[in-house]
Amino acid sequence: MSDLLEIKHLTKRFGENSVLEDINITVRKGEVVVILGPSGCGKSTLLRCINALEDTQGGEMLIDGEPIVKGGKNMRKVGMVFQSYDLFPHLNVLANITLAPVKVMKRDKEQVQEEARELLKRVGLSDKEKSLPRELSGGQKQRVAIVRALIMQPELLLFDEVTAALDPEMVREVLEVVLDLAKQGKTMMIVTHEMQFARAIADRIIMIDGGRIVEENTPERFFTDPETDRARQFLNTFTYENVHKKEQ
Amino acid sequence: MWGIEVIFKGRNLIRLLEGLGAALEISLISVLISIPIGIILGVLMAGKNPVIKAVLRIYLDFIRIMPQLVLLFLVFFGTTKVWGWDLSGEVSSVIVFSMWGAAEMSDLVRGALKAIPKHQYESAQSLGFTPLQTKAYIIIPQCVRRLIPLSINLITRMIKTTSLVLMIGVVEVLKVAQQIIEANRMTSPNAAFGVYLFVFVLYFAACFILSLIARQLERKWS
Repeated sequence: MSDLLEIKHLTKRFGENSVLEDINITVRKGEVVVILGPSGCGKSTLLRCINALEDTQGGEMLIDGEPIVKGGKNMRKVGMVFQSYDLFPHLNVLANITLAPVKVMKRDKEQVQEEARELLKRVGLSDKEKSLPRELSGGQKQRVAIVRALIMQPELLLFDEVTAALDPEMVREVLEVVLDLAKQGKTMMIVTHEMQFARAIADRIIMIDGGRIVEENTPERFFTDPETDRARQFLNTFTYENVHKKEQ
Repeated sequence: MWGIEVIFKGRNLIRLLEGLGAALEISLISVLISIPIGIILGVLMAGKNPVIKAVLRIYLDFIRIMPQLVLLFLVFFGTTKVWGWDLSGEVSSVIVFSMWGAAEMSDLVRGALKAIPKHQYESAQSLGFTPLQTKAYIIIPQCVRRLIPLSINLITRMIKTTSLVLMIGVVEVLKVAQQIIEANRMTSPNAAFGVYLFVFVLYFAACFILSLIARQLERKWS
């Protein structure tokens, strides 16, 4: 497999505050990389840098061998789904999905609509194409947002805590869609707090803390026998000791 | 009874409607001038230049603090004394109402622009839209939907405030009402009640219809 994304010595600061320090990641085509870490560790910022939504202060990022630049044509190779869905509230579901391919890629409208309907069917939202975003549940909105990113045919998809704002019952319907994309061989980088999901979908886990990569491992090794104490400590925060006294 | 019969004497009804027409005309012309200026000023106010923002802020506060009647006097009487301008009451009214409307409109536009979450720009950028496309297809349509009901409300406020322009000699609906009441003082001493009641109905009809449209649009787009 060839390298799709190369990040070398990436540094990101907000003023004096260093958010990402000397990040080195290579993502191969078809690989699913899950990024874990405590809140505020810089993992969302990392995705935003890859999507050229942030200025960077050092290092380089290459997509398909070309540098990532804000507004660059090659940025179409990267698609991103955000925590807050960010559908366009004035457009219905179908128009939300088709606006970018029609206006940005100048594709034929009819053809794009056909494709959008096909994708909506795949995420179980065929009956919603005429709905406005405010008429949808959070899970439905997020599935539309995924379709909207997908239709641009990005080579790399970034998921920034896409289930963090959802009610627990809706998490699954969104994660199923992401799992399905993994089965189709999409290259993805996923920031999530859903550990079970991370373990199920990841080819590789990268843990970030304090703006640095602290561990890079296979999901099996990471969740059962992590190399670093920091990772072990982090994983412990997701388990609870049983406080009920055993019956005598 | 109650002096309502006076309204139907001679040309009184037509004169009152013409008066309302004069008031609506001043509001409408002022609104048509205010909207484009307000949009330009609002975009500047939402922008980054601190000097322009401060100047516009002062302008907005000045217009808001100043009672409209004082502004009318300032433009109608003041400019004649100082610069020898001979502005008619109607032109002075349009100037004052346009200054006021542009100030209020700019604040509405600024508010509408600021109310658009940063994420709308980011998700647009992430989908490959250029900044210009983002404005054309995503930001402006959302702002317009927010602004239309608000600007209709501004028009109704203007219509109500036109009742002040009789103070600089413009014959609008309230002035006509006063004239009719004066003329019928002997024959219908109750005319003040009936005629002003009718003026109330006229204002109400004009503003209520507009408010209904605004509310309808607001519900549709909120």
